[in-house]
Amino acid sequence: MSFDFLSDKDRIFTNVYGYQPWNLKAAQKRGDWDKTAALIKLGQDAIIEEIKASGLRGRGGAGFPTGMKWSFMPKQAPLDRDGNPRPSFLVINADESEPGSCKDREIIRHDPHKLIEGALIAGFAMRARAAYIYIRGEYIREAETLFAAVQEAYDAGLLGKNAAKSGYDFDVFVHRGAGAYICGEETAMIESLEGKKGQPRLKPPFPAGAGLYGCPTTVNNVESIAVVPTILRRGASWFNSFGRDNNKGTKLFQISGHVDRPCVVEEAMSIPFRDLIEKHCGGIRGGWDNLLAVIPGGSSVPLVPAEQIMDAPMDFDGLRDVGSGLGTAAVIVMDKSTDIVQAISRLSYFYKHESCGQCTPCREGTGWMWRVMEKMRVGDADISDIDTLYEVTKQVEGHTICALGDAAAWPIQGLIKHFRPEMERRINERKGAGDAPMMEAAE
Amino acid sequence: MADAPNIPDEAEVRAKWGGFAFTAANVKKAKEIIARYPAGRQRSAVMPLLDLAQRQVGADTQTQGWLPVPVIEYVAAMLEMPYMRAYEVASFYTMYNLAPVGRYHVQVCGTTPCLLRGSDDVMAACKNKGMNKGKTTPDGLFTLTEVECMGNCASAPMVQINDDNYEDLDYDRTMAILDALETGKQPKTGTQEPGRHTVEPLGEPTNLAAMVGGNHDYRKEWAK
Repeated sequence: MSFDFLSDKDRIFTNVYGYQPWNLKAAQKRGDWDKTAALIKLGQDAIIEEIKASGLRGRGGAGFPTGMKWSFMPKQAPLDRDGNPRPSFLVINADESEPGSCKDREIIRHDPHKLIEGALIAGFAMRARAAYIYIRGEYIREAETLFAAVQEAYDAGLLGKNAAKSGYDFDVFVHRGAGAYICGEETAMIESLEGKKGQPRLKPPFPAGAGLYGCPTTVNNVESIAVVPTILRRGASWFNSFGRDNNKGTKLFQISGHVDRPCVVEEAMSIPFRDLIEKHCGGIRGGWDNLLAVIPGGSSVPLVPAEQIMDAPMDFDGLRDVGSGLGTAAVIVMDKSTDIVQAISRLSYFYKHESCGQCTPCREGTGWMWRVMEKMRVGDADISDIDTLYEVTKQVEGHTICALGDAAAWPIQGLIKHFRPEMERRINERKGAGDAPMMEAAE
Repeated sequence: MADAPNIPDEAEVRAKWGGFAFTAANVKKAKEIIARYPAGRQRSAVMPLLDLAQRQVGADTQTQGWLPVPVIEYVAAMLEMPYMRAYEVASFYTMYNLAPVGRYHVQVCGTTPCLLRGSDDVMAACKNKGMNKGKTTPDGLFTLTEVECMGNCASAPMVQINDDNYEDLDYDRTMAILDALETGKQPKTGTQEPGRHTVEPLGEPTNLAAMVGGNHDYRKEWAK
């Protein structure tokens, strides 16, 4: 193997498995909250430049450069109608609900102080008055840990007035969701924080102009924020020594499905798929010949067939080159025992369930696509229906306010692209086998 | 709407819950929650307050709790927002129960990562325990719901029962958990895989071995 695996000393989330306590004292022994005031003394512009230089791209799926995102925040507070300056807000997206993704949970329950310290530094860099951490409702125990960790930070003077003796006043609040995938979309999250249904807003205006309560707001993923203190301590050149150009840094990979030992692991970006699985997951169940396909970045990205993924570098560009994406680096592995049509159909059901109902193509389309996928699963369809299904996914994609419509369309498009013969086989086998059982009618 | 909740008769609900008010302890909690949001933005507190109210109903009824209409009205009034806006929130998010549930709300994840690791067996165990999807058992002990991805994919399949997760399940392990709950015992939460701590690869550590035995500080090795 030629790949340079990440060594333990270069791992940011050293307590990701929770062998040691999460509390402030233990976290400080691991290096958190160490001279935070000195990092803040660098100043807003220097921090943003350092994060830009590190090559950090957003860890929530879209991969937008984090430093650049922060630089969109106003340097001078805009005035409201009465001429008073509007505050700015940092919103941290901990609404981890993308099927396959389970990294933010580990950060929050085992290393919460990395996130809270990152919130202070990032909030300072973007001149925010406070951070709201929006944690998904189902993370009940995780939220308990986070509330307690934030309280610890207040009690130790690390948050609040003159936070960590930096001279900057900053608050961190935790807000629990209540079970809606769509709230992971940044404007839906803002709506939800304002006490409404989580339905995405039209952009523009972008949140950096008018976000939470109409104030300038940046929404960042948990992992993007939690890596910030370590990047500043060790320098941009340390972080960007990992991964290929444009794909820098370390990343938490979450491997689920048909591997011998599923796990969450921090590795260098651009690690080849084969090395990731061999080193940390004990290989594919039944051996590499038994690999069927992989969904490499959470349910929203198209699947990649075995022969294309095996030696692909696990990063933004490497996975784009095989027609998929890194997403949240939630790697769902499927071996040859998988009913691939059912696996994708179950994702279609997920999107049907999670559509917020605001845009017609998504509200109606996700239900229709799921029902047709269920017919495809048993072969109760016509060959031409595959083309119709593809056509409908194209009608949904790009015609909705947020990306949930796209996310529902892509898995099906990936299935048709790579497994059309399997879909046709089911339909042909079914022909002459008599009437199919009636599927559920439109709900 | 085959899976719409079976909301009880309104007159009965009003008779039972019309006088709902937060306990003194919850009034204090509610004030703390409202203080997290800027003045005049108290409406932001509607989600945590609905959760608090559902938990109080749960404590009263010895169940996971639910949100009768008068309870939603109470929360809306407290936040000076129209009832309909609070109801909208209660009906939009899946964790608010609009109909009563049992003592234990068994929420089996059925999304693809769990499906691949055998969530059908977990569901089968629940069914063989007498549960039906969307229904409460006649003894009022269990309500079964199939939920969407719960974010425990590296320790799938899993079930969330009230506030706790049980991971790395199979048929027998699920049965054992349900049996324990039935007899009033609290099973071990988290992963059910012997020898597994959380989401590390099972067996010999592939990384961070020094953390297993002690709170290792890697900073000493940074310069090397």
